[in-house]
Amino acid sequence: MNAAGALAARLQRRAVAARPALGRRLVIALPYLWLAVFFLAPFLIVLKIAFSNVQLSMPPVEPVFSWAADQVVQIRLHLSNFSFVFGDQLYVAAFLNSLQVAGVSTLLALLIGYPMAYGIARAPGTWRNILFLLVVLPFFTSFLLRVYAWMGLLGRSGLVNGLLLKLGLVHEPLQLLQTDFAVYLGMVYSYLPFMVLPLYSAIEKLDLTLLEAAADLGCRPTKAFFTITLPLTREGIFAGCLLVFIPAVGEYVIPALLGGPDTLMIGRVVWDEFFANRDWPVASALAIVLLAVLSGFVLLLQRVQAQEREA
Amino acid sequence: MPGRRSLFVLGMLAFGFAFLYVPILAMIAYSFNASRLVTVWDSANSPTLGWYVELLHNSQVLDAARLSLRIASVNATGAVILGTLAAFALERYRRFRGRALFGLLTTAPMVLPEVITGLSLLLLFVALEQTIGWPSGRGATTITIAHMTFSMAYAIVVIQARLATVDRSLEDAAMDLGARPWKVFLVITLPLIAPAIASAWVLAFILSWDDIVITSFVSGPGSTTLPQLVFSKVRLGVSPDINALASILVLIVTVVVVAAGTYMARRDRRRLREAQAAVAAS
Repeated sequence: MNAAGALAARLQRRAVAARPALGRRLVIALPYLWLAVFFLAPFLIVLKIAFSNVQLSMPPVEPVFSWAADQVVQIRLHLSNFSFVFGDQLYVAAFLNSLQVAGVSTLLALLIGYPMAYGIARAPGTWRNILFLLVVLPFFTSFLLRVYAWMGLLGRSGLVNGLLLKLGLVHEPLQLLQTDFAVYLGMVYSYLPFMVLPLYSAIEKLDLTLLEAAADLGCRPTKAFFTITLPLTREGIFAGCLLVFIPAVGEYVIPALLGGPDTLMIGRVVWDEFFANRDWPVASALAIVLLAVLSGFVLLLQRVQAQEREA
Repeated sequence: MPGRRSLFVLGMLAFGFAFLYVPILAMIAYSFNASRLVTVWDSANSPTLGWYVELLHNSQVLDAARLSLRIASVNATGAVILGTLAAFALERYRRFRGRALFGLLTTAPMVLPEVITGLSLLLLFVALEQTIGWPSGRGATTITIAHMTFSMAYAIVVIQARLATVDRSLEDAAMDLGARPWKVFLVITLPLIAPAIASAWVLAFILSWDDIVITSFVSGPGSTTLPQLVFSKVRLGVSPDINALASILVLIVTVVVVAAGTYMARRDRRRLREAQAAVAAS
């Protein structure tokens, strides 16, 4: 074969090899670009606004970068928003309270969710599908409407108070709505499916012969549960807890509808700063701090899920 | 063996499901109550369909529902297209530059509090409008973009899970027989992951149909979605017409999810039977 022919063959091979590479690049680039523009870039803007100041205009913020005379870009970063956020007892309390509410709700959801997931995973065939569907169904039903449903139950003349009065347990209706109790209830209720689903898939994957072997060797079921089942479903527990905890910290709808005026949660504070006070810089600074608090948990979740996928 | 332990598990199952369903069932029951005082059962005139009839004549509700429907369908279609590409990239291309960041970007929208996502998207839209003049104002377009960004993440999870179970040797065989990669995808891979794409579409549709927090940030005057309308009413307290509206929405979702579930269970059974028949015949 002459040199020209060899070159032509090589070029053709390269062309064939290059074509899937182009398709491959597109497959990656399209969603990547979308997320970079609409998910990653916005955080940079939030960061920028967090260093700005309020000003009467639309948008109601001072520009951070401005053209000064003689080709000089002037950058003015106001650190005041952050010192304001960290200096004000209200914001610090809101952060701490949000972490506490989310943490306790996560724990409660785990305590209710684990036996449920266990029961579903161990149910006989057809039942398992039905029960699984019943857990998924609320997940598909409107979040807003499910929270609303509790308003009907917990109100002063609601079903719960009616029942308590009829049973003679209380003599006048209890204040249930607009309390921290209602917020916890709403949190656990709304996020329970997020807890049950990863737990279910972890328990279902569990090798049952391990439990049989333990029983054959004289291990009591309770002990087998704590030494075999629980450690082997650890990843499901982590995933479930993170899936509940992270969004719960910044929850807005539940404290707004079920909580009282003094229920301090950071999601609600960000919302009010933005919509009621129109203070975009402070809202942005709060969002940045919240993001910083949660980013560690998000990275952890991503690692847990990657491990699960490889297993 | 109904031992002590399984009784405990059964009890927790019953408690858990009662916890999940009693509020919704109570809400549906009260939607048939004639009394305007939501929780006082007017036994003389109830059950009634009065609140449902009223809804059908409420043009505000119907307009909002129409807008939500439009946004949700466009969103679901876009999210599924982007989600399929992303799932393919994550599942089939084990190594490429920036994969770790890509993985993070596809997980984070699912869990980050909605106030953060909503606020950041709004600030982006405002900045874009200032610099390039698009999008002019906020409305259905900005809402759809925002919804696609977070529902895409859910679509990826569903489609990637299915993609992981597809037998790669089928694709390899087609490739060996000279099919181009896109043809392999259309003829082999796409039909195999079609059920996941359908579920992802339904999921993305419902996420958008339902969203209130992100929507509130990126919507403009004149674009009120159904959840926004419901939320503005709900803040004032419980009302019977919202009960009726909620019941309709819950019913629609239930029918869709149960139908999809039964269809898939039936198809799996049929497949199993066919496989058994094939093994028996050979």
